[in-house]
Amino acid sequence: MDLALVYLLLIACGVLMYVLLDGFSLGVGIVAPWLERDEDKAIAVKSLSHLWDSNQTWLVFGGVTLFVAFPKAYSLVLSQLYLPIILMLIALIFRGVAFEFYFKSDTSRWWWNFSFSFGSILATLSQGLILGTLVQGGAEVGRLDWLTPFSLLTALSLLLGYGLLGSCWLVRKTEGSMARRSRTIARALLIGVVTCLGIVSVWMLLTQAQVAERWLTVPGIFILAPVPLLCGWVTRSLWQRLGDETGNDLHPLGLGMVLFLLSFIGLVAGMFPYIVPGQLTIWQALAPESTLIFALVGIVVLLPVVIGYNIYNYRVFAGKTRMEDGY
Amino acid sequence: MLDAALLSRIQFAFTISYHIIFPTITIGMAVYLAIMEGLWLKTGRKVYLQQAKFWQKPFAITFGMGVVSGVVLSYEFGTNFSRFSEIVGPVLSPLLSYEVLTAFFLEAGFLGIMLFGWKRVSPRVHFASTLIVAVGTLLSAFWILAANSWMHTPAGYTIVDGQFHPENWMDIIFNPSFPYRYFHMVIASLLSSSLLIAGVHALYLLRGKHREFAKVGLSFAMWVLMVVAPVQILVGDLHGLNVLENQPVKLAAMEGIWETHSGVGLRLFAIPDQENATNHYEVILPKAASLILTHEADGEIQGLDAVPADERPPVGVVFFGFRVMVGLGFLMLILGLFGVYARLRGRLYDHPILLRFAVAMIPSGVIATLAGWYVVEVGRQPWLVQGLVRTMDVVSPIPAEQVATSLTLFVVVYTLLFGTYLYFMRKLIRKGPAESVGQDGNVSTPEDLLPVTLNPD
Repeated sequence: MDLALVYLLLIACGVLMYVLLDGFSLGVGIVAPWLERDEDKAIAVKSLSHLWDSNQTWLVFGGVTLFVAFPKAYSLVLSQLYLPIILMLIALIFRGVAFEFYFKSDTSRWWWNFSFSFGSILATLSQGLILGTLVQGGAEVGRLDWLTPFSLLTALSLLLGYGLLGSCWLVRKTEGSMARRSRTIARALLIGVVTCLGIVSVWMLLTQAQVAERWLTVPGIFILAPVPLLCGWVTRSLWQRLGDETGNDLHPLGLGMVLFLLSFIGLVAGMFPYIVPGQLTIWQALAPESTLIFALVGIVVLLPVVIGYNIYNYRVFAGKTRMEDGY
Repeated sequence: MLDAALLSRIQFAFTISYHIIFPTITIGMAVYLAIMEGLWLKTGRKVYLQQAKFWQKPFAITFGMGVVSGVVLSYEFGTNFSRFSEIVGPVLSPLLSYEVLTAFFLEAGFLGIMLFGWKRVSPRVHFASTLIVAVGTLLSAFWILAANSWMHTPAGYTIVDGQFHPENWMDIIFNPSFPYRYFHMVIASLLSSSLLIAGVHALYLLRGKHREFAKVGLSFAMWVLMVVAPVQILVGDLHGLNVLENQPVKLAAMEGIWETHSGVGLRLFAIPDQENATNHYEVILPKAASLILTHEADGEIQGLDAVPADERPPVGVVFFGFRVMVGLGFLMLILGLFGVYARLRGRLYDHPILLRFAVAMIPSGVIATLAGWYVVEVGRQPWLVQGLVRTMDVVSPIPAEQVATSLTLFVVVYTLLFGTYLYFMRKLIRKGPAESVGQDGNVSTPEDLLPVTLNPD
């Protein structure tokens, strides 16, 4: 068994879990300023207060698993992307403490609304810059290589994408005028997301030889063709469900997540087997076997348990979020 | 302009010092919450439930502060110490991975139920969640202290092409200093949280507020203090002997001993002079250091002169940090004994000096813990991994301006945040428990504290 591949898969799953779960949590922060009433904003924060920490922990899981399996890549990527990573961490502080202080404040609600949204937006933009830079082959340590038109585009895409997931989450967790408002926001964001995905795809095909070769030649074109086709179908379906208030309110979130999954597969397909494109492949960065096996035992045994009680957590708090639930 | 390496070290020291304040409070407080909720389930006395529900709020914000400041650290190894991550990663990273899987997810998953699930799960499931959160905090401390201890007393590894490769995981995890450090830290956390809890309840009693509620909390916390403060002094002493064995240079710095000799006196006070390798204004208790450390009045102790000047830690920080920690530890012991005395005389709840003393000691646990960590970490310098990896050699090659920028951001954000945290702690404490209770410990108001589903029977 090739441990490099196993770990690549694990990290990919960890990152995907993070993007989907904290994606909708950050997304709620992104769209919160567009909610109409102060009570709506409070409900938006409340709908996440029991799970933001779990969702954010996937970021730590992804980071630590990268550290376990590919220590060279971990140290390379993190020092190359120093400033955007620090910005992300500080932004996550603003976001995280908003949950803790929001419902204990009387006069400073407006500030915690700001802290929640500002933190969510800045964290997402930083992640988008990091993503864009990695896709393009990393940066020189100490240079501002992470600030390019392409990375700004990926930052915008991620902002709209998380916002889409966040508004779909609110469709699921809220009622009445707030749910309707969330549907309107989600539709607007969907248009933006699809536009961005299109531009990013074309940009990558035009500028990156490896990506173009994989996607535009036989057999890659046949293997990968379902990805954009499915994207189209999911987009259409999501648009319809967002317009149908009587339908299952979990479907928009599910479809939004499928859209993310497809984009993610599309990205990884273009980058593999590089962990930092053009710089480092997964085999060059691999940790010694005893490290990999010891950590893998823990992951294989414990991750299913983790997923199990996370599902339990969602079930305990299932249903619409209402203000009266609290401490 | 300071160089990037020094700035990275300052930043790491600042962010980790800030972080450790919060786990120090929450590890012990999680245990307190679990005990109070357990007592409520067992006895049905509402005052225990009131305790659990009241302390849950300061716990929640403290825990939140720990989470947001902790995520920073898990990335800072890579951002600021990239070379360290690369060469030591194979040994240390799996320990962090186990911490994430056994502790972070566990705490996060059940904290939500513990804080917001009172009406959504049965009392037993709720109690189980509280218990799981407490276990999670202890497991988190287990893994992170295993990793930290390994940097002091590395074991179970080989070096291949300049990279540390694991050989024996049991040796790595249970390295020679780990058991001492683990128990010393967990007890420090029990002490810190007990001091906070005792002090707040003492404040209520001084002000004549929430009297029945405050009596329960003060009494419990003072019992804990009485038992745990002496245990901590004993464990600390054992830890010190372990340092003498494994890191004699650090020990020499703690005691301000520059020259190796026998019959060493205990320096109660001194101003260490790094440059001239001597102390000024010494106040010495003759032969006491030899007696404490070797159990012989004429025992020999290795001084800082055993290693070249560039392998000595900054002695002043270690020397004074140690004295602050030990001094506060003995004050805690005195408070514990004072509590016993007042209790025997039946005046635990209204002895004004005792109550004021308890209030004044609120921050002492956290300060002693921080001082202790400065002894441990600064005392290991210039090494990052004792005797093997120098801190200065493994810093990321980031330009100084960028590290200065991030350090400034951290200082500004963390300072504002700490002010906010203190503001909300004060607000929660001033507000007090939800309802007052009568003499028998049962709620005196007709309304239950909670909906029906939560009645313990």
